[in-house]
Amino acid sequence: MKNFKYILLALSLFAISCNDASKKDSAGIESTSEKSSDNKISDMSIYNLPSHWTTQDGNEIELKQLQGKVLVMVMIYTSCQAACPRLVADMRNLEKQVPEDKKEDVQYVFVSIDPKIDTPERFTAFAKENEMEDEKWLFLSGSEDDTREFAAVLAVNYKQISPMDFSHSNIISVFNKAGELAHQQEGLGVDNKETVQAIIDLAI
Amino acid sequence: MKLFNTALFLVCTLLFCKVAAQNSEMATVKGGDYLPLYGAADKMVNVESFMIDVYPVTNADFLKFVKEYPQWKKSNVKSLFADESYLTKWKTDESFSGLPNAPVTNVSWFAAKKYCECLGKRLPKMDEWEFAAMANENVPDARKVEAYNQYILNWYETPKTFNKPIGSTFKNYWGVYDLHGLVWEWTQDFNTVLISGESRKDVDKDSNLFCGSAAIGASDLMNYAAFMRYAFRGSMKARYSSQNLGFRCAKDIEN
Repeated sequence: MKNFKYILLALSLFAISCNDASKKDSAGIESTSEKSSDNKISDMSIYNLPSHWTTQDGNEIELKQLQGKVLVMVMIYTSCQAACPRLVADMRNLEKQVPEDKKEDVQYVFVSIDPKIDTPERFTAFAKENEMEDEKWLFLSGSEDDTREFAAVLAVNYKQISPMDFSHSNIISVFNKAGELAHQQEGLGVDNKETVQAIIDLAI
Repeated sequence: MKLFNTALFLVCTLLFCKVAAQNSEMATVKGGDYLPLYGAADKMVNVESFMIDVYPVTNADFLKFVKEYPQWKKSNVKSLFADESYLTKWKTDESFSGLPNAPVTNVSWFAAKKYCECLGKRLPKMDEWEFAAMANENVPDARKVEAYNQYILNWYETPKTFNKPIGSTFKNYWGVYDLHGLVWEWTQDFNTVLISGESRKDVDKDSNLFCGSAAIGASDLMNYAAFMRYAFRGSMKARYSSQNLGFRCAKDIEN
């Protein structure tokens, strides 16, 4: 009898996870069926991702809440010594070059590849340090799984090489207002003319 | 009453998943330390004990999955999650080509990941996969055994092995079939392979592999076989699919 109980428990756990997955999926279907309405989410949109994220203010959001803005996204981690400060500088440079009348339309998003360390408190401090406390700077961390999936979408590869350090590809991605990947800038401190132009063209 | 309905729903879902899990047989791989080809500065990596499917997921398995989750049918799948070669050889949404018990291929990472999640499993981590795949029939780490390496390299040269049924290669030390010999397989963290950008060290290693003037010994062959896998992973994106790339699922060991 005791064994039977365990089996039942195991079975129900199993069922719950399946059920979970199907719930997520039905959410996905809903978003497809919304196609005819105003909130149209296209096939290539990152707003199809069901993942949940925590902002630097500790708020839970889904990516689709960012719909309607041009997104400039980069994956970093706050304890990073080498490349990340330069990626942050690259983001700032992009922001500077976007003309005043378009600034409102653009959201700059940093996604953590080290979500265990990059808590809202940590990100808040990081934002302060880098003078990025304005609303246009958004810092997100999610579960390890969602982070891996999001990196897969951006084609950003990363690997933890020590408890303190990651090796990662340096890619800044620009999404149009519908959440479709429109442009990627690869490398550090590269000529950002094309990226700036892409942002300006998309921010209509 | 509501509780009862929920319970009923759970049971139904469960039954459905059960049906979908045709080849759900899993083997336990006892963990340990190993030195991967691409590691953090030549450090040993610890792999915890885990469970892995004995066989790759088949065409028939995957058909059941898309019937249950129609959003993964080839005409429905979102292009964010799969490119145009997704299930390309399936004539319709519900008819695969080839043997029902041949490994399913032309599936994207997203689809493979979802499939495993529905069964309460996950994709194997790259280190887990590599760890399990070091074994031949007799020993857990056969990477220095010439015949083992030769087997893998011979397979690389054999065309269309993806058409063969599962179980047609050897059963390894852990009781797992077909890790080498039929198809390559997705891993959860395939996108940890850095071929460009910051991973200059890795790139150097590659050139050593190619330019080494030393005679080709067993360890070179071993590295070459593994290098091919890493290079392939590094070239893939999560929405890509390929006719020689399938997958199987893994699971943590529950206490």
